[in-house]
Amino acid sequence: MLKPAAIVGQVVLYGAFAAVIGYFATDPVYRQIPDDVALIKVSFSHLGDRECRKRSQEELDKMPRNMRAPMDCPRERSDIKVEVDLDDKNILKQVLHPTGLYKDGISTMYKRFEVKAGEYKLAVRMQDNNALEGWRFVKEEKITLKPAQVLVIDFNPDKGGLFLK
Amino acid sequence: MSTETTHPSIRRSVQKQFLACEEAFDLFFGGAHNPLRHLGALGLYLLWIIVGTGLYLYAVLDTGVAQVYASIGYLSDEQWYFGGILRSLHRYASDAFMLVMALHLLREWAYGRYTGFRFYSWITGIPLIWLAFASGIGGYWIVWDQLAQFSAVATTELLDWLPIFSEPSARNFLAPDSVNDRLFTLLVFIHIGLPILLMAGLWAHVHRIAHVDHLPSGKLMRDTALALLALSLLKPALSDAPANLSTTPAETRLDWFFLFIHPLTDLSSPAIIWTLLFAATALLFALPFLPAKKSPPVPVAVVDPANCNGCTRCQVDCPYGAVIMAPHPARRGYQVAEVDADLCASCGICAGACPSSTPFRSSERLITGIDMPQLPVNALRAELEQKLGGLTGNTRIVVFGCNHGAALERIAAPDTAVMSLICTGMLPPSFVEYALRTGADGVIIANCREGGCEYRLGERWTSERLARQREPQLREKVPAERLQIAFASASDTARLHHVLIEFRARIEAESDSRKKLQPYLRRTAHHA
Repeated sequence: MLKPAAIVGQVVLYGAFAAVIGYFATDPVYRQIPDDVALIKVSFSHLGDRECRKRSQEELDKMPRNMRAPMDCPRERSDIKVEVDLDDKNILKQVLHPTGLYKDGISTMYKRFEVKAGEYKLAVRMQDNNALEGWRFVKEEKITLKPAQVLVIDFNPDKGGLFLK
Repeated sequence: MSTETTHPSIRRSVQKQFLACEEAFDLFFGGAHNPLRHLGALGLYLLWIIVGTGLYLYAVLDTGVAQVYASIGYLSDEQWYFGGILRSLHRYASDAFMLVMALHLLREWAYGRYTGFRFYSWITGIPLIWLAFASGIGGYWIVWDQLAQFSAVATTELLDWLPIFSEPSARNFLAPDSVNDRLFTLLVFIHIGLPILLMAGLWAHVHRIAHVDHLPSGKLMRDTALALLALSLLKPALSDAPANLSTTPAETRLDWFFLFIHPLTDLSSPAIIWTLLFAATALLFALPFLPAKKSPPVPVAVVDPANCNGCTRCQVDCPYGAVIMAPHPARRGYQVAEVDADLCASCGICAGACPSSTPFRSSERLITGIDMPQLPVNALRAELEQKLGGLTGNTRIVVFGCNHGAALERIAAPDTAVMSLICTGMLPPSFVEYALRTGADGVIIANCREGGCEYRLGERWTSERLARQREPQLREKVPAERLQIAFASASDTARLHHVLIEFRARIEAESDSRKKLQPYLRRTAHHA
């Protein structure tokens, strides 16, 4: 092939190469969620409770001195029950099992929900001790979700239990 | 239909398309500068651009959570003429690397280069795909803009489907206060560490191959860099709005070369994506083991210690490092070639390199130092003598070609003898002189197109040997007018025929008996 034609061909092909790279580096635009949608993320990382028993003085006296722990706690942790309602409609109902071979690890969860932006009545309930009836932690709140907002429902006993952010 | 029959037909169809593209590119680039023929070397070159530009970006990056976005944005806004260009080159070279890597994988599969002596390179290449993706995706997070936020959340949500973390990794990106300075230090560490692993993997990928093209030609490097530079100037890589974990970006300008996995996950589910990824990886690993049409085993090169003088030429020329030198079993202080059967491609290039392969040796049975059992040089000489003896006409021409190139039988004629070799690289240059002195008026070597040799280096070594730039050299007394080198692939038979007609016409027009070599009759010669 004549040199000028080869040069033109190379310019065209290198141009096409650059155009493909340049285009797919940013386009087409990806729409993750519609404009009027917000996200609710429910995420916990919490050690379930365990049923401890106080040792009597008689029991403690029978134990070696270095092992006289006042509380007798089993190694296993309780399952954690979680429920989330939005405008009295249940959107999440889950039992989180403790991790680890001896079921002595934390229970974790991460769930993401897409909801229309707007006002809602939110109710979150959590029980971290299977032996107890009802709900140990409850949070009910009116929320207003803006489009694209992310509302996180988390749990931290040091922050009073369930909290929104 | 079984895999046994469908897979090769799909593969061959893709190979045909790929070859057509390569040959179309040859028209503009020529073989030496054709990017499709040097995808591996081009990928490595792009990696060096990524590493070089990345070093500068690392030097100016502030890994504080509040500073990281600004420190990268500064490059594009205030230092666009240098830092901004380097940032754009870093991104676009990474994208180009992914494209080139995908084409390289497709090409090697289409050409069936994943079994036998190529098994090791194929298998060691597969983990590199994972490393390349992991390196690139992590790089996007460091910018900590909305794209980074989207990718970080989407990736951790995907990872959390696997039972590998004690608590969901997506919790690291729950809310603005979840992210801290140490995360970016860790990300930078990973973004540097993974490419280092990638480099180590690349070393393993190519270390069984001899004469590796670590870089493509200077022209290809220059033009690729210019294309990326032009793109960097016309469309600089910029950050999106800063990340804000209290909102989620509704729209994102994705880099589809790396981040296409996020929309795919949204469309399906993490379970489907992981199943697809693991299945695709397992399929790539399994490809060499898939049932294939049974063909008789191809013999590998065989060394004859009595005729091997330990010159190392076969070792130097072997494209796959299959020949090693070992102490000679009978001659103290000498070396002898040894062939690693697992690495041998059975191309015969070693036989073409052996100085003992000269057909001028008068012994009735020509035994060389290293030879191919399926086409020994003795049989080659006998076939040449027999075909030359049968030629008629005024201008008798011998065409040497290879089994993977032009269809030689279609140009055979009473005045044209054709000799198809495993690879033209197995032809000792002395055969050209031998042909000219035992009845041929001209010799054509039909090489594969530049960069298109089935065995990587056959065409290159043949050209260099005939140009007297590589041992064993064609002797200077061989008149250049009587030798024609043609570059002809399997689709170039018509072109080769045209070359033959022109060559014959030229010889006839310039017939000068003084330029003819003295005839040689082996059976009356006296040298061994």
